[in-house]
Amino acid sequence: MRYFYILICCLWLSVTSAEEWEEQKLFKGSSATQTLRLLSSTDTSVFAPVIEKFLLENPTLNIHYFVTSSATVYQRFRTSPDQFDVVISSAMDLQLKLVNDGFANQVEDLLHPDWAQWRQSLFGFTLEPASIVVNKAAFATLPKPQSRQQMIEILRTNPADFQGKIGTYDVRQSGLGYLFATQDARASESYWRLMEIMGSLDTRLYCCSGDMIEDLASGSIIIAYNVLGSYAMARADLADKIEVLHPSEFPNTMMRTALIAQETRLPQQAELFLRYLTSSRWSEPGQTETPLPSLRTASENTRRSIISLEPGLMIFLDRLKRRLFIREWESAVIQ
Amino acid sequence: MNSSGIHVSGSLRKRLAVTLIGGVTILTVLLFFVIRNYATQIAQQSQDSILRASVTSILDAATIRNGDVVLDIPYAAFSMLSTTTDDRIFYAIYQDDTVISGYENLDIPEASARAESRFRTITFMQVPVRQVTASRVLVGADLQTHVTATIAQTQDSLSGTLNRISRNAAIFGAGFFSLAVLLSAWVTSTTIGPLTRLADSVARRGPQDLSPVSKPVPSEMVPLVSSLNLLMARLDRSFKQSEDFIAEAAHRVRTPIATVRSHAEMTLQRVDKEENRQALRSMIRAIDETSRAAGQLLDHAMITFRANQLEFHDVDLVQIAQEIVLRLTPITEMKDVELRLDVDPSVKVSGDPILIQNVVRNLIDNALKYSPSESVIEIEVRGTPTPRLEVRDQGPGFLYDEIDTLTDRFTRGRNATGVIGSGLGLTIARDVAAAHGGKLTIGNNLAGGACVTFIF
Ligand SMILES: Nc1ncnc2c1ncn2[C@@H]1O[C@H](COP(=O)(O)OP(=O)(O)OP(=O)(O)O)[C@@H](O)[C@H]1O
Ligand SMILES: [Mg+2]
Repeated sequence: MRYFYILICCLWLSVTSAEEWEEQKLFKGSSATQTLRLLSSTDTSVFAPVIEKFLLENPTLNIHYFVTSSATVYQRFRTSPDQFDVVISSAMDLQLKLVNDGFANQVEDLLHPDWAQWRQSLFGFTLEPASIVVNKAAFATLPKPQSRQQMIEILRTNPADFQGKIGTYDVRQSGLGYLFATQDARASESYWRLMEIMGSLDTRLYCCSGDMIEDLASGSIIIAYNVLGSYAMARADLADKIEVLHPSEFPNTMMRTALIAQETRLPQQAELFLRYLTSSRWSEPGQTETPLPSLRTASENTRRSIISLEPGLMIFLDRLKRRLFIREWESAVIQ
Repeated sequence: MNSSGIHVSGSLRKRLAVTLIGGVTILTVLLFFVIRNYATQIAQQSQDSILRASVTSILDAATIRNGDVVLDIPYAAFSMLSTTTDDRIFYAIYQDDTVISGYENLDIPEASARAESRFRTITFMQVPVRQVTASRVLVGADLQTHVTATIAQTQDSLSGTLNRISRNAAIFGAGFFSLAVLLSAWVTSTTIGPLTRLADSVARRGPQDLSPVSKPVPSEMVPLVSSLNLLMARLDRSFKQSEDFIAEAAHRVRTPIATVRSHAEMTLQRVDKEENRQALRSMIRAIDETSRAAGQLLDHAMITFRANQLEFHDVDLVQIAQEIVLRLTPITEMKDVELRLDVDPSVKVSGDPILIQNVVRNLIDNALKYSPSESVIEIEVRGTPTPRLEVRDQGPGFLYDEIDTLTDRFTRGRNATGVIGSGLGLTIARDVAAAHGGKLTIGNNLAGGACVTFIF
């Protein structure tokens, strides 16, 4: 266990100095008496509508919203589990491990589909597919890849166009990137071939979706692999510059998951918030809308592509397994 | 049963029922625990075998590359441990005695048999877990090392299964129990049945019926029934003997006494000397006393005997009264007494005719003895409100201070001095009345004279 902490500490030392947050914001209820502390990997702009709607229903609460990367969410919560009431993250594997290690409260009577919960403690509330996002202008003359196989072929045939213009997550930094990468690798060998080609074309590595999408819109990269489509769609201002494509052969759909801290001081209020999240009420059309797709969007097809909440997720968090994977990934992508 | 003075110690039916139901209860509880225990074992075995498969798949993936242990744990190693209740999983990989991956504080048991899987239940992170541990020796170019993998899983799913099985076992046990209780009730009543039937058949018998029990009985009851039969045979014999004895005695005693009396009478005719005649007269009187006493005693014995096993017949009181009056006519004429019958057409009662005759004779006999000549004795027989026979005379009647004691054995009144008698007549009348469920009232008429009523 200690090795695992050390590893993560080393990897994210730069971002984890004590009181540094990517974003933090206090949402005020109109007659608030208590403050619920949310630790999250979701950008404030994306999640704000969800919180605001909740506060309309529950004006006696404030919500203090802390944002950091999914890997840091995991690490911060582990080191100070009494500092937060609800933990929300896109890294399903890390969240599952938190529950497995006893950091979460059970909510016995919360009815939620079996595939979207684990141990009545971890609840998935969004469905967000991993997608390929392209710069529309740059792809005016190029064919748009509908699958990984096509992407490999397009990259092979037009190496000059893509040299230094491909982006993807740095799986060593991004928890979500690691999750998508390991699930891809599990599903098909073509993932490694794609990585090798991307490596040979000097792929740029990002820690977070935000930067990658900015760069895509500006044209400094023209294709991004394994980005959250929901984040791309959230940028309505960039809608005419970028296009989201879903690989058809083995799509991966991630669920954003939430859990209640075992040491929470406001268990009832935390449960209230969790029930609100799982009810999908927040996705109903209103004044401000969130781009997050709720579970209601699940079709039979997406259901099959959802990364399942099962103990197998913890395998890739194993120190030896992770070391092996990262080594292989580095040799393919960084070269 | 208690009322008849029998000591009761427990009940066979209860004892049988308690034993059977007690046995069933013990059996049911035993059954419940056996099923539960067995289910626990099976459920534990299935969890163990999955854990072992998982550990084996982890160990299989271990190799040595460039002098390092490389372990590419297969995804399935944890996937296969999915349970419906999402049990938690903890694991650790040891190289020799150091943890190289997983939960560092998850200890492994003694390395006594490294090659075999070792199972145990421990508490880890404050929860009970089932742990399996297995080892493998890896041999590289310049390295030989033990790799040990251990996996622990919580037992929520197991206890869920167990609870379900326990509930089913409990339902099954309850069903079994109620069925067995019904069965015990049935067994108890069929076992007790022959006993109850025997008791009924003996109780229903007529007083004269002392024949042996002939219906088949279960073998266990044979000693009881044979003793019963023996007892009844003895009783039958002794009844017959007493009856014979009474009849015989009456005959054997009366005849010689009568002979002696006639001899004495004849002698009296022949003797002239006044003092001899006086002696003979008192002798004859003594003989009469003796004869009367013997007769009454035997009658009383016969009545006591018959009253014990009373046989009921339809008897017409009127007819009996008329017959006796007819038979007494010679005596009444001699004494110049009139027997006046005042009867309903027919008064039917059920009883023993010989006993009733005896009573009527005794009552009329008393009236004749204790009232003066040239008087009237009225005999009234009525059917309503209850059958009754009343004898009234015109004599001095009973002395009031004696009335209560006159029905005792051998008790005679002061007015009886000089009258031959034994003091048993009213005793006989009272006993017969009691045996017929009726009673005897003794009193005097308003106009004087005794009045004795035999009421049924
Ligand atoms: N009709 C009667 N009038 C007056 N006294 C009577 C009458 N009948 C009975 N008694 C009194 O009651 C007593 C008891 O009568 P009970 O018939 O029992 O005896 P008993 O007549 O003396 O002898 P026995 O046994 O020979 O009849 C008599 O001795 C007598 O004193
Ligand atoms: Mg008399």
